[in-house]
Formats: sequence, structure tokens, C-alpha cells
Amino acid sequence: MKHLISLSLTCLMWLGQSPAHATDMAERIKPCEACHGDQGRAGPDGYYPRLAGKPAGYLFNQMQNFSQGRRHYTMMRRMMDPLSPEYQREMANYFANLQVPYLPPSTRSTSLNNTQMARGKQLALQGDAALQIPACNSCHGESLMGNTAHVPSLLGLPSAYLGAQLSAWSLGNRTTVAPDCMGDIAKRLTASDAAAVTGWLAAQNVPSKNSAPNAKHIATETRCGSAPELHGAAQ
Amino acid sequence: MKHCSLTCKWLTRLVAATLLTLSAWVVWDNWGRFIHPAESGITSTTADTTDTRARGKYLAHIGGCVACHTAKGGDTLAGGRRIDTPFGAVFSSNLTSSKTTGLGDWRETDFASALSWGRSRNGRLLLPVFPYNHTSVFTPDDVHALFSWLQTVPAVEQAQPAHQLTWPLGTQPVIAMWRSLFFRPTPFKANPNESADWNRGAYLVQSAGHCAACHGQRNTLGSFPAVDDVSGGFLSPQLWLAPSLTDAAQTTLSTSSLNDTGQLLRVGQTQHAHASGPMAEFVQYSSQYLTQADALAIATYLKSNIKTNSRANTQPNAPLAASSSAAQTLYKTHCATCHGDNGEGKARTYPALAGNPAVVLAQPDNLIQMALYGGYGPSTAGQPRPYGMPPYLFTLNNQQIADVLNHIRSQWGNQAPAVSPMQVDRARAARY
Repeated sequence: MKHLISLSLTCLMWLGQSPAHATDMAERIKPCEACHGDQGRAGPDGYYPRLAGKPAGYLFNQMQNFSQGRRHYTMMRRMMDPLSPEYQREMANYFANLQVPYLPPSTRSTSLNNTQMARGKQLALQGDAALQIPACNSCHGESLMGNTAHVPSLLGLPSAYLGAQLSAWSLGNRTTVAPDCMGDIAKRLTASDAAAVTGWLAAQNVPSKNSAPNAKHIATETRCGSAPELHGAAQ
Repeated sequence: MKHCSLTCKWLTRLVAATLLTLSAWVVWDNWGRFIHPAESGITSTTADTTDTRARGKYLAHIGGCVACHTAKGGDTLAGGRRIDTPFGAVFSSNLTSSKTTGLGDWRETDFASALSWGRSRNGRLLLPVFPYNHTSVFTPDDVHALFSWLQTVPAVEQAQPAHQLTWPLGTQPVIAMWRSLFFRPTPFKANPNESADWNRGAYLVQSAGHCAACHGQRNTLGSFPAVDDVSGGFLSPQLWLAPSLTDAAQTTLSTSSLNDTGQLLRVGQTQHAHASGPMAEFVQYSSQYLTQADALAIATYLKSNIKTNSRANTQPNAPLAASSSAAQTLYKTHCATCHGDNGEGKARTYPALAGNPAVVLAQPDNLIQMALYGGYGPSTAGQPRPYGMPPYLFTLNNQQIADVLNHIRSQWGNQAPAVSPMQVDRARAARY
């Protein structure tokens, strides 16, 4: 009987510990919420991107990019610089596993005319072979909700944030491990095409059901150092 | 007319002669030893063993060689790290064993000359961003150990980027004049009246630790402080204050045990103090690698240097900080959850604000930095998963930041000069 009591006590303690550990991680990522919103659901100011539910590999790559000088943003560099890769990965996993509601699209959309919207949709879903621009959904998942471990979703993000990223890539201010596929693509986009595609993406509703990331090997010339799985390489 | 012209002629001659003499002296002072190779550098007789290389590796880590000579995301010791100074940006050199861009074809005497005399292999004077006042303190054995280890660092072909200094800064004549004014090699002199621990601490503080580089006082020309000057400094353009380590009021050094001070260096936090800003960076890249014995030795030496009221921690004519009901509300909303209703903090998680010397430093720069940018402590072996503070850069305006800082600088027995919104604005504009 004594053993049974101590056993059940141990079980209770063990049960009690796992939510406690989760709470602890919530405490540790408090600094992130100042800009990225409660539980990383997106910043209240319509710029800072959502972290919740993004692929862990993608989040980890960005944290490394900031601390290793491939992406430039003073605040993120100051935040990430002191942290070990192991701790960064733990944070990335924590955010990747958070399932929290998206903000309504009204806080994200921009006003584009019909021609621009049509061009944006065309770029997102078909690309432009003449300009060597692959469709967004050829890598970012058929529903644009991300693709496996390192490729993020493009929906549920403010157009200002998306636009700033494309512009940073084309200027070389945002880079990643070579070959930097998004850098190459962004350099081929004109400013008006970038505005069209980011405006169209920001206006889309996020699918109500979290569609499972659809792994897909792309058959284009594009090679992405940050997402080897796109080419069937071992992760 | 004729008389004046004669006076002018003589005056001109006198000025020219003085300049010539001074120039000759500066040239001799900086390159003279080049003529006597026997003096130019030190040699060691220590055999090159695994232990020697291990000691070299240890010194390169705790001395920050690896930190400064490795670019963000770059190859170890291949250089190219940008260092911002009040005079412009400079980039560190390649210390790998590359024969073309590194130290691969250097002789040990070349290396010793760079460390003890701040002069490169080809006679070029090195920029004093490299703290050769401190490296001149190294014993010949340690110079040998460093060189032995560096020669084993895998070669990386990477040229040093060009510095971004305003002409004529960074030119050889300017460096030569600067050196004649501010640099003399200072090999370590042990104090026989002190313990072995004290002397080891003194040696590490003055050589590898190069504490004076931040904690020492520089003049407007960016002079080298004395290698043992830890009476406080200011880092511009970063806008962080390196508090005086000799003034009992400015840090927890005087009230901490040797163990606690050692822990601050190796872990980045103790029950009473958290390293932040450039000190957190130093812990992360350098001092976390200290052995326990060396950390305690440093603590022993630093504690022995503390004087009470060595430099008054006040600003004359500055009004004292005072709270307001608005400030109280701000504190409750944004700070109390972590730092406690009475500024008591949470042990091992969030630092106390009550009675914390860092909170009541007369110059509030570090406090403003923390309030604006927040941030994490360094991941170290002793604290691999540090907690962090949210930034308030976007949430609170300058007046609100000043208000809440004045609250914490006037409560729970804290007393310090008031923070103004202008001071917050200055830090907000900083880009580092």
C-alpha cells in the first residue's frame, strides 16, 4: 500500500511537471511577445510577423540568420546574439507547436486595384516563366501555408512585412545560407510586381483548418540552401 | 621691415627644427627598435607541447582574441569582424594559419613583436583598437603558447576588409604620434607582497582580461588607459557605461563573495547581479571559459582594489529622481510581474531593483538601454537558458521610460539623480 501511495504520488508529481515545464517556456519567451504579440500570434501594429505555428526549422534558421549577420534588424540581433543555438532551437520548437487563432485579415490587407490583384494572384499561383519567377506555391505549399520543416506559410502576414522582406532580399539586406533562392527571385521582381504579390497574399483568408504542410520536391533550377528538403536532400 | 623679416626667418627655422626633431623622435620611438632586431620581440624556451597549445587556446578564448577576430557567422579567427569606435568602423585581421591572409608564414618573433609592441610583421604600426597595451603584459611563455595554438588553427583564405576611418585617422604617421603620446609596453610586474592568487588575478586583469579597455578612462583622443585602471569608462558610440570597479558603490563587487564574483564572470548572473550589454557579451565570448581558479583569482585582485568613495557616484546639480502616480501605474503594469511589487526580483530569474547598484548609477545609460531594448543574458554552461526582458522601445515613449526609471531610482531605499526624457531619446537614436 505504501508503495502504491508513493507510486501514485510520483505519478502525480510527474503529471504536474509537464504543464509546469510548458509554462516555464512561456515565461522564457516573454521578451518575444512585446513585438510578435501574445504567444507569437502577430504584432498588434501590423508589421511584426506571426511566429506561432511557423515551421521550427524556418524559425531556427531566422534566429541564426539574425545572430550571424545574414539578416539585419538591430532589435532581433540584440535579442538573439546572446543565445546558444540549442536554446534558440528550443524556442523555435515552442513557437512551432503553438496553435493560436490568426488575426482577422482586415489588419493586414492593402488596397490594390483589380489589375494589380490579378497580377499578384498570377505571380503567387503561376509565376512568370518569362521573368524566371516560380510560383510562390511551388515551394511554399499548394495552399501557401508552408511546406515541411524550413519553408514558412505566406498567408496571415501583413503586406508591409512581406514587402519589406522582398525589398530587403533584392537589396541583399536579408540573406540566408547559400544558395539564397529567395534572394535570387526577389532580385528579378520589379517593385510593382512585389507590391502586387504581397498585396494579394495579405488579402487572402487563412484556411480555417490548418492544412498539413505538403512536402513537394520542386523541379525548377531553384536551389535553396535554407531548405534542402525541397530537393529531396536529407534534412 | 628687414628686422622683422629676420625674426620671422628665425622663428620659421625654430619651428621647422622643432617639428623635425619631434618627427624624428616619433619615428625613432615607433620604428627605432626595428633597427635592433634583438629587442624587437621576445622569445621563449618552452617546448611546444599539447599542454602549451591548450594554454594558448585557453588564453585566446578568455582574452577575446577569438571573439574579436571572428566575424558574425564567419570562420573562427578568420577576422573581418566589424568593431565600431568613436572614430569609425574597423575590421579585425585574419589570425588563422593561412600563409597568404593569416599568420601562416609569421615567425614567432613577428607575433611577439605585434603583441608586445603593436607592430606588424612588415613594420606597419597596428591600430590601437587591438589593445596592445594589454597584450604587452603577457609573459613570453604565454605569447609562445598563443602563437603555438594559432598556428594550428585551420587556414582560411580571407583578406581583412578595409577600415572605415576618416582620413587621416588610421594613417601610419597619425598612429605613430598617437602611440608616442599614449603607448608604452608594460610587461607584468608581480607584487611579491601579495599572494599567488592576487598576482594571478592582477596578471589576467591586465593582460588577457583587458578590463581597462572598457572599465578604464580614455581621453577624447581615445588614449589607452593604464592596464590596471578600472576606475570606470564609457563606451561610445554604443552608449554603455562600464562602471568603476574600484568604487564600492557602483557594482556588487564589494558586497559579493569571491565565489559570486567568479560566478558572474563564468555564468553571467548571480543572485544579486546580472551581466548586461557589453559585459554580457564579454561573458558570452570570453569570461565564461575561465577556470574556476582563474575566476577566483580575478575576484581576489579586483576586490583588493576597491576604495570607498573613490569617485563620487553623483552628478552635481542634478535633481534626485522622484516618483509620480503615473510612474507607479507604469511600474505596476510593465515591471512588477517580474521585478516584484517592491523591486525584490526573483532569485536566479529576474534581478532585484531594490538596492541594486546598477539601478542607481549616477549616469543612467545602462538602465535606459535595458528599458528600451530589454534582452537576454548570455547562454553559458552555468545558465544555458537565461530568462529575458521585453523591449519597451515601441510600447513606452521617452517621457514614460524616464518616469518609470525615476520611480525605480527613488523607491525601496534607492536614491539616484533623475533621468530625463532627453537622455532616453539619445539612447533611442543609438544604432548598436
